[in-house]
Amino acid sequence: MNKWFNRHLNTLMYTSGILIVTGLIFRFAGYTEVMNVTFILATLAAIGPIMQKAWMALSMKSFSIELLITIAVIGALFIQEYTEAAIVTFLFLFGAYLEKRTLRKTRSSIQSLVDMAPSAASVVRDGAELEVDIDDVEEGDRVIVRPGGKVPVDGVIVKGRANINEAAITGESNLKFKTAAAEIFSGSVLDSGYIELEATKVGEDTTFAKIIELVEDAQEKKSGTEKFLNKFANYYTPSIAVIAILVYLLTRNLHLAITFLVIACPGALVIGAPVAYVAGIGNGARKGVLIKGGEIVDNFAKIDTVIFDKTGTLTEGRPSVTNIQIFDDTDEDEFMKDVAEIEMVSEHHLGQTIVTEAGSRNLHPDKGNVSDAEAIKGKGVSGALGNDNYIIGNQKLMDDYDIAISRDIRVRYVREQKEGNTAIFVAKNGKITGIVSIMDKIRNDAAATIRAFRGRGVKNLVMLTGDNRHAAKRVSDILGLDGFQAELMPDDKMKYIEEEKAAGRRVMMVGDGINDAPALAFADVGIAMGHGGTDIAMETADVVLMGSSMEQLAHGFNISKASYRVMLQNTAIALLTVALLLAGVLYGYIHLASGMLIHEVSVLLVIVNAMRLIRLKDRRTIAAELREGVG
Amino acid sequence: MKTKLQTETFTCPSCIKKIEDNLKKREGIEAAKVLFNSSKVKVEHDAGEISPDEIKDIVEKLGYPVLDMKSV
Repeated sequence: MNKWFNRHLNTLMYTSGILIVTGLIFRFAGYTEVMNVTFILATLAAIGPIMQKAWMALSMKSFSIELLITIAVIGALFIQEYTEAAIVTFLFLFGAYLEKRTLRKTRSSIQSLVDMAPSAASVVRDGAELEVDIDDVEEGDRVIVRPGGKVPVDGVIVKGRANINEAAITGESNLKFKTAAAEIFSGSVLDSGYIELEATKVGEDTTFAKIIELVEDAQEKKSGTEKFLNKFANYYTPSIAVIAILVYLLTRNLHLAITFLVIACPGALVIGAPVAYVAGIGNGARKGVLIKGGEIVDNFAKIDTVIFDKTGTLTEGRPSVTNIQIFDDTDEDEFMKDVAEIEMVSEHHLGQTIVTEAGSRNLHPDKGNVSDAEAIKGKGVSGALGNDNYIIGNQKLMDDYDIAISRDIRVRYVREQKEGNTAIFVAKNGKITGIVSIMDKIRNDAAATIRAFRGRGVKNLVMLTGDNRHAAKRVSDILGLDGFQAELMPDDKMKYIEEEKAAGRRVMMVGDGINDAPALAFADVGIAMGHGGTDIAMETADVVLMGSSMEQLAHGFNISKASYRVMLQNTAIALLTVALLLAGVLYGYIHLASGMLIHEVSVLLVIVNAMRLIRLKDRRTIAAELREGVG
Repeated sequence: MKTKLQTETFTCPSCIKKIEDNLKKREGIEAAKVLFNSSKVKVEHDAGEISPDEIKDIVEKLGYPVLDMKSV
């Protein structure tokens, strides 16, 4: 029965509409009797699905608006208000139809993501290439992707090279050139070239599948306001029923009581908040900003303090060796090889930079030559090469080992730092033999993002870093931050956030998803740079920037603020409509049909209001489009 | 076993509870969650006691045509 109504909903609506128009024509021709018959038929055509839904909700022990309509329509037929009955049922079906269509629009932002998912893959099996369904690709399969094709699984390129569009994953539409050994994500599109890849993650495990699942879950998570509204509606509907009975008992006017009952339904109230969040979260997801739920949108919108991690967040996180100073007669390549071999134990990006530098000089550093290697958290590394003991790290580490730093070396060290480098001491057998300088470029979009936050009323923008004071000061000065704290350990960052929170600030922490996880979890809103979707970033943070760009951060903030504002507007529209309508009913200005019309209009108004969020763009996109328009 | 069903677009929030409650009552179903906005039903179940097709039947009988089904 339910299915039948679902399938023929539109037909029933059209039938009812045509019958009403026919009835009106007969009325103008003077045949009131015929009009009454067509109106009754129109009511009967449209009431079916409404009664069905009312019954379903009732069997779940909940009062629905459909139940109220059913009562009202039966009442209207009873007091021979056929016009009202016909128009109310028609309007309700028409409203539901429009609601369904517009709701589909607010949900479409995530749907367009889902549609990007590939459905088939070309796989090489037993030496032959064959087309298989996406679900039949297995880990370890060799997959072929050609120009225009979608990458079907996560994998590693084993052959070929290509320009790849990763917009579905990172929201960044600039092409990336990838070649052998590069990681590649499902959902990205091969623009030109040819690749063969080995599948590492398939089906539900791919980054793309996880993004979709995360966004779907996020759209379900209710914010505090929504939970409140749902509870409110649960009490509101029965109490309106009670008030309507009281109105009837007091006035003995059944018509008035029924009108009151129908008009008071909180349609726009129930739908106003969720549509705002669904549209906002969907918009973010398409641009590579994953916001994990309505509650997060609210918190994000209310932020007044932003704490940035430095490396990999404000800076590119791809540091390079800028200067090498050696204080004994060791050859530069030999020196770098030794240092790199010790640093291989370190997972810190500075250590990795030295190893990479040695690699690009074709020095082939080998971990096997080192004994007793150890990474000292926040300070550096130590280890032995043959009979030589190495201590490599910052000043704190040198102090810990009581290694003397001469005046001359100290001057050099400070000079490197003042230029914005991170300088690392290399000590061999208790004596400093060199300084390696490393620099990390500030991101292009960092300054603009910080201005954007300031422009939107964020008062306090600070940077916390484990790096040295001079390097931190330079970044802070260039970007015009309100302050910075340098040479911090991971738990110092947490302490700082705790103090800010205790001072009543609403704190957002932006960091690397990997090493800032505790601080991210501790802040009111934790934002992680996703680096194309690492699992840790996607799990710990409240918001993940899939493209790891500062611009996405600004867009996320804009969209959260806009969604929150739309949610408040919608709640206001809904409450105002109900209040005005009820007053209108009690004073006799508004009747059932006109009230129903206004009610439906208010529901559509809140949905259309939320639809603005789907197309909300960041300023750069708007500027680019304007330029295109002019050109 | 996890089964994910894609249904026709949901329009009434009260159908969430109906589907979830109906599924949870069945033997062999450990958890059931309806995603309203994406019109999906996620079910964790013991494949020995109840098969994905039986779950599909339940959801369809409640009045929500299933468009697509995936089991892991």
